[in-house]
Amino acid sequence: MHELPVTQGILQVAVETARQHNADHITDIHLVIGVLAGLVDDSIQFYFDILSQDTLAAGATLHFRREPAIAVCGQCGRQTEVTPPLLTACPACASPRLTVTGGRAFYVDSIDID
Amino acid sequence: MPNIPVVQHILSANDQIAAENRALFDASGILVLNLMASPGAGKTSVILATAARLPAAMRPGVIEGDLASRIDADIIAARGIPVTQINTGGGCHLDAPMIRSALPGLPLADLNLLLIENVGNLVCPANFALGADLNVVVASAPEGHDKPYKYPGMFAAADVVLLNKADLIDVFEFDLPFFERGLRMVNDRAPLFLLSCKSGAGVDAWVDWLAGPERLAGPERLAERWRQR
Ligand SMILES: [Zn+2]
Repeated sequence: MHELPVTQGILQVAVETARQHNADHITDIHLVIGVLAGLVDDSIQFYFDILSQDTLAAGATLHFRREPAIAVCGQCGRQTEVTPPLLTACPACASPRLTVTGGRAFYVDSIDID
Repeated sequence: MPNIPVVQHILSANDQIAAENRALFDASGILVLNLMASPGAGKTSVILATAARLPAAMRPGVIEGDLASRIDADIIAARGIPVTQINTGGGCHLDAPMIRSALPGLPLADLNLLLIENVGNLVCPANFALGADLNVVVASAPEGHDKPYKYPGMFAAADVVLLNKADLIDVFEFDLPFFERGLRMVNDRAPLFLLSCKSGAGVDAWVDWLAGPERLAGPERLAERWRQR
């Protein structure tokens, strides 16, 4: 249910930017959200359609780019894309020495305006 | 149909207020902890056990985040610790405006440590900055050793991890090396402390770390450390 305040945040950032550019309308909002951020795309779109009514962003389309998380094996160096629940051993060499990077991005990348 | 680059954090409005909270804590010389955990991990017990063992120079206050009740706040108040309650009315996390609104309920001038008990949830509290210095993630042995694998975002955000109910590690066949590997996959810097609020075992080591020179060497040092960030 935290998708509601997150959606409010998206709308706020987008509308503020559009105003600064004297836009009449926002047609598209491009988001980058990491796979470890714990957000459900459909839920954001649902809230967005309601919240954006009567704003510059009414009817805008949301685009989600998922930033992957990568597990790097400390034994053989193999890189594996992961989502929660994380893997517990390297798929190549079975080593449990893994380091996960990325996947925590959480920002509005750009907007398309009229 | 021009494309306008933005690259702005989605919760930047919250982040802005979190920064203002932080500036206020900074000016007041208060070290602030954001305690996050799943329901039942023992956040309130950790707060009570921590407060009971603090050096005399540390004067704690508590903000209790809860869905609806003030049971935990009453327990804390009964120990003579200043406490104020935030009821989120079903909201699954605290945010920076809620903290700002709660601050007038605390005698800030009398405090140098603030423990914020977030809503029990291992997903979204990590996304909402409050203005705290340290994210304290509390796990517990009965919850199982797979928590870092299932909630990597939360464990990645931790500045320190407390494994509570450690006296039950054998009872629940909690695989500590497995848990620690999961933690280290996403976080190589947060110290891990094992403790039992029930027996008191391990609490001193955590409090010694918390009260150590890096974290609390008087308000001036604190302010200095904050400026360096
Ligand atoms: Zn490997």
